[in-house]
Amino acid sequence: MSSASSEAVEPTPSVAAPESTAADSHIVVCDMIMAYGSFVLIQGINFTIRRGDVFVIMGGSGCGKSTLMRQMVGLKRPARGEVRYNGISFWDVDPEGREQLMQGFGVLYQQGALWSSMTLAENIALPLGEYTNLSPAEIRELASLKLALVGLAGFEDYYPSEISGGMRKRAGLARAMALDPEVLFFDEPSAGLDPISSRLLDDLILELRDSLGATVVMVTHELPSIFAIANNSVFLDPETKSQLATGDPHEILAHPPDPKVEKFLTRGGGEREMTSTIGASKEATGE
Amino acid sequence: MTSFAHNAAPPRYEIIPDPSSADTIRVQLSGTWRINQELPAEAEIQQDLQGRSGVQRVVLETNEVTAWDSGLLTFVRRLDASLSEGGVRFDPNGLPEGARRLLRLAAAVPERSGARRSAATETFFVRVGKETLDLVRGMSEVARFLGEVTIACGRLLQGKARFRRSDLMLTIQEVGAQALPIVSLISFLVGIILAFLGSVQLLQFGAQIYVAPLVAIGMARDMAAMMVGIILAGRTGAAFAAQLGTMQVNEEIDALSTFGFAPMEFLVLPRMLALVLMTPLLCLYAVFMGILGGAFVGMTFLDLPPLTYLQATQDGVRLTDFSGGLIKAAVYGIVVAVAGCLRGVQCGRSSAAVGQATTSAVVTSIIFIVVSMAILTVVYDVLGI
Repeated sequence: MSSASSEAVEPTPSVAAPESTAADSHIVVCDMIMAYGSFVLIQGINFTIRRGDVFVIMGGSGCGKSTLMRQMVGLKRPARGEVRYNGISFWDVDPEGREQLMQGFGVLYQQGALWSSMTLAENIALPLGEYTNLSPAEIRELASLKLALVGLAGFEDYYPSEISGGMRKRAGLARAMALDPEVLFFDEPSAGLDPISSRLLDDLILELRDSLGATVVMVTHELPSIFAIANNSVFLDPETKSQLATGDPHEILAHPPDPKVEKFLTRGGGEREMTSTIGASKEATGE
Repeated sequence: MTSFAHNAAPPRYEIIPDPSSADTIRVQLSGTWRINQELPAEAEIQQDLQGRSGVQRVVLETNEVTAWDSGLLTFVRRLDASLSEGGVRFDPNGLPEGARRLLRLAAAVPERSGARRSAATETFFVRVGKETLDLVRGMSEVARFLGEVTIACGRLLQGKARFRRSDLMLTIQEVGAQALPIVSLISFLVGIILAFLGSVQLLQFGAQIYVAPLVAIGMARDMAAMMVGIILAGRTGAAFAAQLGTMQVNEEIDALSTFGFAPMEFLVLPRMLALVLMTPLLCLYAVFMGILGGAFVGMTFLDLPPLTYLQATQDGVRLTDFSGGLIKAAVYGIVVAVAGCLRGVQCGRSSAAVGQATTSAVVTSIIFIVVSMAILTVVYDVLGI
């Protein structure tokens, strides 16, 4: 899986990973510009995500990672450029088509963003009730199943304010999976979690990716997470206002195209050993 | 602060010329240099130094400093800055080890160019210009919101709007039924006030019986609707703004959008519907409570028999008085709902922003209640209602 992406490891490719064929490319971001008003944050964003990838958007704090994700899920219109899902341009398609695309998304927000006036079961049931023809009893059962999948069996009738932050995050994950999405988006999934919970969440994400067959797009700057689960990535740099690298993070670390990327991936240098052993253990577990 | 601060030696400095080189000055610090003590101003030293010609280098010595904290650091930084301005080299190597490390740490990341906000105050005209631009931007936001609300209402009429019926029922309960106690109290008291106001004048002519239609017409045409509008602005408009604002802060509104629920339909419509349905009902209730208040004054202070009072009320009020008031109430309901939801949806992503949104929702509601009251009163007058 790492061989196909090696050619994409170039500072600023003008075309999004041209070698990848249309058949296996799931999401293509093409010549996108992120801007707030007239202030350009990053320009020339190009990358391709294959079906089943765990794709990481990385970069230092405040480089526009979350903004890029907001533009991909349709919360913010990019200043220029496009996002294509299975060849369909998100912003050019008619509203019905866009709604259909959005039904294929599952988004986990940084703080969970559970609807606080509803119980966990109701949170999951809301989209199910809207987009399926299931009976209330079936929906309830499905909601219980999703909660059980993230280890929250029995918490159906709790309100989001009654559970801990880590549990809220997992409940948010259960809600993101409510409609069996094709693409799962995660905004800093392990922020604010202890190392063990964050490791468990990583495992859960991989497990769900494999069983749902979904593509995962993740905003994170947790190196252990990046090396443990990602097989594709983009690195954003606010200083040059460009993307410095895209491709498998292990490949990027092996042949860093820019000292800044190497510095980021090695925690400022000197931690290459640690990160590469995590990468190795990932190979060993049969990834 | 510290227990030994009272018996600590005061901070002192002494300027000693270096015997080995003529252009070097040693500044010897002694005593305790803590932030809660009165530290010597670096301008003093500067003055002392300026008295000596040909000083190229200042060396700091702190062997006799018994205790120090950030107070010493800010002193040294100020001294350093003013010395280097005058082209004098400053040697901080005599500082305690910890202080030197902290100073190095503070200097480790150079100031990002352009990061510092200019402290210079803007001129009057710049501020007027900015405020005006903000106002224009705010107005276009309001216009867009109203447009979106209209589209959402259109979808509601087509039966395509998506929101939870249970949300609507819950909001109706919160807005309507739960407001009954305060509406009862306030409108009963307003009825009493109107009756007293009228009776003072009418008693002079022995026409106290006209207190009854005065209270009834006053309540039915304007007072009930206005009091209900203002109560709801404070009670419900503020609640809407705070609720939606917090949802904005928690990204809950984003979460709705990514599931394909339009916040306009899902959040704003049920709240607007609830208010439009409930304000006329509350208004009607308030009219009767006001009449009851008036009757209370009539029976106790004016010695009018209850039946006579009732008859006079019935004779004095027309049905159009009621309907006019109810229409006004519905309009105030829309005003409160729109203001509350608008400010909630516009809310920034911080707790301070939620507070501002709430305040602004109440202020906007009250202003537009009074404005629409004025407009409707003129319109009624023209139409002869």
